Amino acid sequence: MTDQTAGNGVVLAADGTPLKASLNRALRKNRMRALLLVAPLMLFVLFSFLIPIFDMTFRSVDNWHVGTLMPKTTVALADWDGKDLPEEPVFAALVADLRAGAKSRQIGKVGTRLNYEKSGMRGLITGSARKSKKLKDGPYKAKVLKLHKKWGQLETWTVIKRNTTPYTIGYYLNAVDMKYDKNGEIVMQPENRRIYGKLFMRTFAISLAITIICVILAYPIAFLLATLPLRYSNLLMIFVLLPFWTSLLVRTTAWIAMLQSQGVLNDLFVFFGMVDDDNRLQLIHNLTGTIIAMTHILLPFMVLPLYSVMKTIPPTYMRAALSLGANPVVAFVRVYMPQTLSGIGAGSVLVFILSIGYYITPALVGGTDGTLISNQIAYHMQSSLNWGLAGALGALLLASVLALYLLYNRIVGIDNMRLG
Amino acid sequence: MALPSYAGPLETSWYYAFRLICACIFIFLITPILVIIPLSFNVEPYFTFTQGMLTFDPDAYSMRWYEDFISNTQWTHSVKNSFIIAIASTILATILGTLAALGLSNANMPYRSLTMGLLISPMIVPLIISAAGMYFFYSNIGLDQTFLGIILAHTTLGTPFVVITVTATLVGFDHSLTRASANLGAGPTTTFFKVIMPLILPGVISGALFAFITSFDEVVVVLFLAGFDQRTIPRQMWSGIREQISPTILAVATILVMISIALLATLELLRRRGERLRGISPG
Repeated sequence: MTDQTAGNGVVLAADGTPLKASLNRALRKNRMRALLLVAPLMLFVLFSFLIPIFDMTFRSVDNWHVGTLMPKTTVALADWDGKDLPEEPVFAALVADLRAGAKSRQIGKVGTRLNYEKSGMRGLITGSARKSKKLKDGPYKAKVLKLHKKWGQLETWTVIKRNTTPYTIGYYLNAVDMKYDKNGEIVMQPENRRIYGKLFMRTFAISLAITIICVILAYPIAFLLATLPLRYSNLLMIFVLLPFWTSLLVRTTAWIAMLQSQGVLNDLFVFFGMVDDDNRLQLIHNLTGTIIAMTHILLPFMVLPLYSVMKTIPPTYMRAALSLGANPVVAFVRVYMPQTLSGIGAGSVLVFILSIGYYITPALVGGTDGTLISNQIAYHMQSSLNWGLAGALGALLLASVLALYLLYNRIVGIDNMRLG
Repeated sequence: MALPSYAGPLETSWYYAFRLICACIFIFLITPILVIIPLSFNVEPYFTFTQGMLTFDPDAYSMRWYEDFISNTQWTHSVKNSFIIAIASTILATILGTLAALGLSNANMPYRSLTMGLLISPMIVPLIISAAGMYFFYSNIGLDQTFLGIILAHTTLGTPFVVITVTATLVGFDHSLTRASANLGAGPTTTFFKVIMPLILPGVISGALFAFITSFDEVVVVLFLAGFDQRTIPRQMWSGIREQISPTILAVATILVMISIALLATLELLRRRGERLRGISPG
């Protein structure tokens, strides 16, 4: 293809169009092709993953119950000042809403929702809804006050009014151990009811402990694997890769067999006389069990990045330091270790991210003091059915994981992520 | 890292101490996996070594838990379900992931790192959050307690691995080959199947293996999305551990360990093949 030049100095392509335009067209076509290749997966991930995650986090602020199921009360309460009990129109609206709710059998949802804010509200709402059918014509205020003494308390009305808004931060307050007090001020929960803050702290502490243990255990074997001749290190690598490829549940089962009170470890301890047969060690269904099993499961994630970094460090550096007179410890700390920092960073962030979101292993071997935040999310999803709170806890966990992931991206870059 | 001949007693003892430490860590890694293998042949319904097992009495060993595994319809169903779900989601994930990786490795792809971040997010987000989100969303559209729902969910979880492995393979890909192929008259489809595919195949296969094992080993999403009819092997093991602990789980676990050894061998062969193709031979 020879370049053609038009009279005005513009370079032309073979078909006579200016080269620049031709090039741009080719680039655009290329870009479109790239987009079209990515599009199917992008759409798939959007619908099967990103929207569901967004939907779940939306539940943590969604507050439709009162506004939708008690529309008249919502309107009537709009200009209530909150200082005294509401007037007759509000009570009339309440009775109308309760009757409608009892008829459609939806009022229980309002009760459940308000019960998260203040215990006793479910009973109050559903009980009053049942009785509301029998109330004759108004005025209703006196009759409603007679239904239950709580209708005469200002706090009841404050709770209802606060939840007439379509969005709430109530679940998030709950997730960080805060609540509204009687006057609608945000305060900390009483000391004995602060569970989630402690749980988050425990999750972070356990994850940190596991990360540190993993660094300590992974460093020597990664060093050995990186410095041995390849034919030995490939064999030893099986010890790291086999656990890595073995099913999570298999490894958890294996640790149950190892750690339980009639298990292999305790049998060995008794056999060697280290422990009395009558008081065998309690190694499982507690914090110890969680840490041992999770360390074992996550250790390969630390060894592999460390190994790949150590593999790139020329052994001559250490030899140079030694021959220049550094003693081996100094040479190791000042010359070798700084070069492995990126590997330590990558492995640590990876292990930490994986462990703060862990669910299966703590649920099976964690007992009560070895469970993590994920287990609480699962509990609210499946047992207590407080999905808003599950969503809020999940969103907080997600935020911490994403922050750590950005850190990981800064250290390693997703493009450099290696598997296997 | 052989010990030099001039090493003093301190260095020699440190050399052996270091190897001893490493040996202990390797033992920590491998023992739990090896311990379950003999335990699965236990004749007693316990998770522990009996006196007879320790003295190698043949009567203390039996295949009864393997027989139980094969004859129990709950387990056989779960095996069938696991394979159906894992194979279907692996095929989907491999196709979607490979196409996306081809697009992502194009230098003209706009918003490359953002797209990459979004596409591999299912791998980053804790499983419990993914499972919770999918549970709400899939229930709303009637996909909970269906095979389709679980297959789609597992496909989502598997695609990041395919995207990462195939993208990594494409980093060393010589793009002049596609131009040469086009120059010689091949259309895009021919170029893809005759030129690109054979070269990126190791990446595609290892991505597919990752996707397969992700689905095959996944239990959190299954816990939330599956009904009784869709129970997979890990789901069955989960309830086995929680409800009725019987050594059948150990028999299943032993079989799964064998499968992972097979997978490991496949990956190692692929790696060696890749090295041979690139002209690197192990020293």
